[in-house]
Amino acid sequence: METAIEARSVRKHYRGAERPALDGFDLRVAAGSVCALLGRNGAGKTTAVRILTTLLAMDDGTATVAGHDVRADGDGVRRAIGLVGQNAAVDEILGGRANLVLFGRLRGLSKAAARARAAELITRFGLDDAADRAVGTYSGGMRRRLDLAASLVLAPSVLFVDEPTTGLDPDARREVWGTVRRLVDDGVTVLLTTQYLEEAEELAGHVAMLRDGRVVLEGSPAELTSLVGDTRVEATFEPAAADVAGAAARVAEPYAVGPVAVSRSTVAVPVADAVAATRVCGAWAREGLEPHDVAVRRPTLDDVFMHVNRTVSEEAR
Amino acid sequence: MNSLAHDAMVLAGRTVGHWRAQPVPFLVTLLFPVLVVLMMGGLFGGAIAGSAGDYVPFVVPGVLALTMLFGLETTMAAITTDAARGVTDRFRSLPMHSGAVLAGRCLADLAASVAGLAAMTLAGFALGWRWSGGVDGVVAAYGLLLLLRFGLLWVGVYLGLKAPGPEAVAAIQILVWPVGFLSTVFLDPATMPSWLGAVAEWNPLSATADAVRELFGNPGVAGGSWPADHGQLLSVMWPILMVVVFAPLSAAAYRRSNR
Repeated sequence: METAIEARSVRKHYRGAERPALDGFDLRVAAGSVCALLGRNGAGKTTAVRILTTLLAMDDGTATVAGHDVRADGDGVRRAIGLVGQNAAVDEILGGRANLVLFGRLRGLSKAAARARAAELITRFGLDDAADRAVGTYSGGMRRRLDLAASLVLAPSVLFVDEPTTGLDPDARREVWGTVRRLVDDGVTVLLTTQYLEEAEELAGHVAMLRDGRVVLEGSPAELTSLVGDTRVEATFEPAAADVAGAAARVAEPYAVGPVAVSRSTVAVPVADAVAATRVCGAWAREGLEPHDVAVRRPTLDDVFMHVNRTVSEEAR
Repeated sequence: MNSLAHDAMVLAGRTVGHWRAQPVPFLVTLLFPVLVVLMMGGLFGGAIAGSAGDYVPFVVPGVLALTMLFGLETTMAAITTDAARGVTDRFRSLPMHSGAVLAGRCLADLAASVAGLAAMTLAGFALGWRWSGGVDGVVAAYGLLLLLRFGLLWVGVYLGLKAPGPEAVAAIQILVWPVGFLSTVFLDPATMPSWLGAVAEWNPLSATADAVRELFGNPGVAGGSWPADHGQLLSVMWPILMVVVFAPLSAAAYRRSNR
């Protein structure tokens, strides 16, 4: 498969910083896919985006975007990309339409072509009512939509979206997700950075987890979650004098595919699938063990995240 | 890559769009120097020159030069605001000519300064200010004023790129005042303590104020010192020095603006 973004051993150490922001950062994103760069604040996500979009020079390593070397052919990279989010913004004083015309003209469109394209994008992003109002008066969601529109004036082949939904309410967040999905349908490669696991699961086919400036784990969301284990039945029992939870654990044992965990009144039973989960519950009912609360949980990226953090800090020790 | 001229014009057009969208701040910038002349002339003119009317021919050319210094904060504010809001990053992620952002800033700010000079000139005329020099001298005087603005522009760009945030502009807004007063804009340095007078005479603002007074045929300072007698030379040299020092620094800071 064709590669849209490739970074190898990228290193960046900001002057005065204690540790490098990126330290052996490797990443490969297939053309037409969505890759989520997932990590906490300070993991190096934004630095990676800034280097790949030519805003920041790397100390060491190589990177290509859409076939252009980031160092040697910055202009080629800039022609191929769009940048949205934390570090790319729009003019607050001008209206949405004027912003789009401005960015169109800076991308080399004629005045008439830039106007026509702006009108098209205004409608596509649902900004008709606010097109000529100062962007300073826009809501967070509208701004982010305009931000996305501004990076699409000339369809980019690779779009960088840096924490697109930070600070947005749930409705606006879904709106942005919808927009990103439509872009992917159009064949754009998207590199998304986020701290929200939910967002990565929603949008990305490939997730790379960033910690201390390097990718510590990557794969599809399903691959990552399978790393930390199976489906679990989690049940909470009345903390009675008798050890109800302990009894429930013993009853569940035959159905479990791994060790059953008991902590005070809660029991967690790893099972093969949802059918096995209902059998566990049935067995409890037959024994007269009545849980307060039962949940069947698939591992989430959150679990992966905690798993990764644990593993990395154990290695460091 | 787009051409530098095209991108610079588009970006200057963006600033014109700002003026249209928010005419009030633009008009305030335009008319503030007029207010300064009215205030200084009305309040201190009598004390300085005997009467407000006698002070006008001295103070109007001075304030024309001061108007150019006020431009510093316009430039700086525009640059820091764009950097803080991430607009600069958006520009830098576009396939634009690398000099376009700064060139566009130059064009827009010089245009604003031409408007500022026009407003101040009209106000000066209304107050009875006249030039008695020839057309050549008048053209040269306005040329020197814009040259000073051009020099200060690069100082403003550099300060704007280095400023931690838009709040820093407030500091410059305050600091232009001592720089303005410690010059020949309002007063003859002969009336100051000698060391302070010497500082005022070497002030780049004084060089331009002295030079344009001479070119307009307006009354000047008493003179007698080297800087006071070489106003025209200094009024060319100071802005060139500013450009030579701050344009490369600005270009380097812009390329490195990796906040």
